Amino acid sequence: MSEPSAAVPAPLAAPRTDLTDGEWHRLHPATPLLRGGIFMVAILGFIVANLRERFIDLFIGEENYGGDPIDEIYQRGATGWALLIIAGVLLVILVAFYLSWRMHTFRVNGEVVEVRSGLVFRSHRKARLDRVQGVNLARPLIPRLFGAARLEITVAGQDGNVQLAYLGSKLADDLRRDILHLASGLRQARQPAAPDAAHIAAQPVPGDITEPPLIGPSAAHFALGDFATARYNEFRAPELDPDAAPPESVVRIPPGRLIGSVVLSGFTVFLLLAGVGLIISVIAGSSGWVLVAVLPGLIGSAGYYFSRITKMLRFSIAGTPDGVRVGYGLLSTSSQTLPPGRIHAIKVSQPILWRRFGWWQVSINTAGQASGRGSGPVMSTTLLPVGTLGDVEKVLQLALPGFDTDAHRALVENGMLGGRKRDAGIADFYSNAPARAVWLRPFSWWRTGWAVSGPVALIRRGVLSRDLILVPLARMQGVRISQGAIRRRLRLAAADLHTVAGPVNASLSVIDVDEALVLFEWMSTGAVRSALADTSHQWSRTATPVPATEATE
Amino acid sequence: MPDRDLPEVNRPAEPIRSVDAEPEPAVVASSARLELADVGEWKRVSPKYVLVEIVGTIVNAVVVCGGASLLWLLLDQTWAMWVGIVVLVLSIINLIFEPRRVRAIGYLLRADDLLFRRGILFQRFVAVPYGRMQLIDITRGPLARWLGLADLKFVTAAATAGVSIPGLAEADAEILRDRLVELAESRRAGL
Repeated sequence: MSEPSAAVPAPLAAPRTDLTDGEWHRLHPATPLLRGGIFMVAILGFIVANLRERFIDLFIGEENYGGDPIDEIYQRGATGWALLIIAGVLLVILVAFYLSWRMHTFRVNGEVVEVRSGLVFRSHRKARLDRVQGVNLARPLIPRLFGAARLEITVAGQDGNVQLAYLGSKLADDLRRDILHLASGLRQARQPAAPDAAHIAAQPVPGDITEPPLIGPSAAHFALGDFATARYNEFRAPELDPDAAPPESVVRIPPGRLIGSVVLSGFTVFLLLAGVGLIISVIAGSSGWVLVAVLPGLIGSAGYYFSRITKMLRFSIAGTPDGVRVGYGLLSTSSQTLPPGRIHAIKVSQPILWRRFGWWQVSINTAGQASGRGSGPVMSTTLLPVGTLGDVEKVLQLALPGFDTDAHRALVENGMLGGRKRDAGIADFYSNAPARAVWLRPFSWWRTGWAVSGPVALIRRGVLSRDLILVPLARMQGVRISQGAIRRRLRLAAADLHTVAGPVNASLSVIDVDEALVLFEWMSTGAVRSALADTSHQWSRTATPVPATEATE
Repeated sequence: MPDRDLPEVNRPAEPIRSVDAEPEPAVVASSARLELADVGEWKRVSPKYVLVEIVGTIVNAVVVCGGASLLWLLLDQTWAMWVGIVVLVLSIINLIFEPRRVRAIGYLLRADDLLFRRGILFQRFVAVPYGRMQLIDITRGPLARWLGLADLKFVTAAATAGVSIPGLAEADAEILRDRLVELAESRRAGL
């Protein structure tokens, strides 16, 4: 039922799904129900709550109620009309769902992903595959229970996402793979090792679609058991496709560290301060209403901790041939694939509370921030919520391929931990701010510096919260140096590397004047050269020249 | 364009200067300024743009001072008077430096990127590679239109606006736009 033309695709290509054949396909039939899911549950709950007494009466058999609408209808002999109206409403809802499902179609071919939807207001979104910034596979809790997933293809821009919501879970996995392959310029030319296995794996999926689990025909006891088992297996399965990722590159975070990192945050400090203030105010004799006012806030903050922790539990990051894959979430899961060269800036940072434990966080700027329900903006820009120095190195290797020689590692380590070696005469890898910068940056001047290493610019700064910023020059949008009156007196300047919007701000607040000019020259020429050398918009095409000939088909 | 090689690993650290022993060099005012060496002749914006800036400053000053004097005279707020005086003085200083400020605005088309500078007291230099262009915007305010001027904005994907060159003659702005689009097309880079 997925589509009559599903049999068309050429046997030469070996995609995992039949969905990338350039024809229009439909989504999971339960889509309208899942999209309006919470709303429906709420309505159902409302009805049940209202009819509760009636159910009790039905079983106990007493008839001493009166005055509710159902009685009215019954007594006036309008039962038939009422039933008819209910049936009519149900029918309209069903038809609306069916139509909206029928009209919601998508198409994937070698160039674009397109989605058409809407009954009255038609919308049509198109994403060019060579501009794909990331592919996000999200499974919010309720759809996940029903074995559905949402595939989000992110392109540049604030609201430039194409959503395929919802697809069968397995189907979504395979489609993601196919889309990434198409985007990489491979054109599905890679023959799978065991085509039979792929076929078998793909087989249950159309079945899943033809038998919408939610409508649940009564004859399907057996099928229901199967369905439950399948769901259970999916639920337990790790987020990462085990054969798609080399397992040794995966960073895993022990739950203890994760909880610790969430607890040791600025928010906790704020809470503690608020608590102290509260105690003082109570001791000072203010009335109890302060407590009443604060209590909801406390409960809310517990919820905040809980959601932060469950969101980041089961975090995983791995390198796949199609880019970095970041998965997270305990109840609602999300798995994001960032193709190579889509990371515009990286920040490795360490809040002061984490220093004792040697923990670091890695966040990134990307051109299309994944958005929408289920995947909070916090996670989509976090490449590593908390990790040790070794973890950071592994993550950086994934994020900046080719940036992993010993010299690079030393540079990164120095940027994270080091500072200007003032007296020792040891050459620091960074070009540092001069000592007179102490007037402007009394604590952090000795850590403020920059370096360029091949195609990557590095900025080191901050003492209370240590930061190391890496900007791939091929992605840099521009460079600015500026100087005001105070900096001029101190023979200093400020520099700023422009990147796309995000949590990382690549700026250097103090730098020697002559150094600033050198930086300007290096960054501006480096940006042009790196961009010329960059081929990551179709990342596999240059690596494997063979498929390029087949690409013409 | 200087043909410097990007280093294999990183640039060698700056020679260790004995900064602590160095006397504060604030007196050497000439080299304390940011100045790009040998980049070529900066193109300046139209001198008529001074008028736009002057009118803008005056309008601003009149509005603020008018509001302040209303507060002062009608509501008897003495602080408003001081605010008004400060704004007035600043505006007058601004007006004096306006021609120099406009002369300090410059742009330069290098082989692969667009350079922009502005400011005397608060200097800044921006370099944006042509390939990063997303779009070019030409806007004309009412006064600028009367003077035959236009502002050109070079927009990149960055959060901060790329380069905005004010006060170009309209014909120049259009020629520059076409030139920049052409350059960007030949050096197009994916996002």
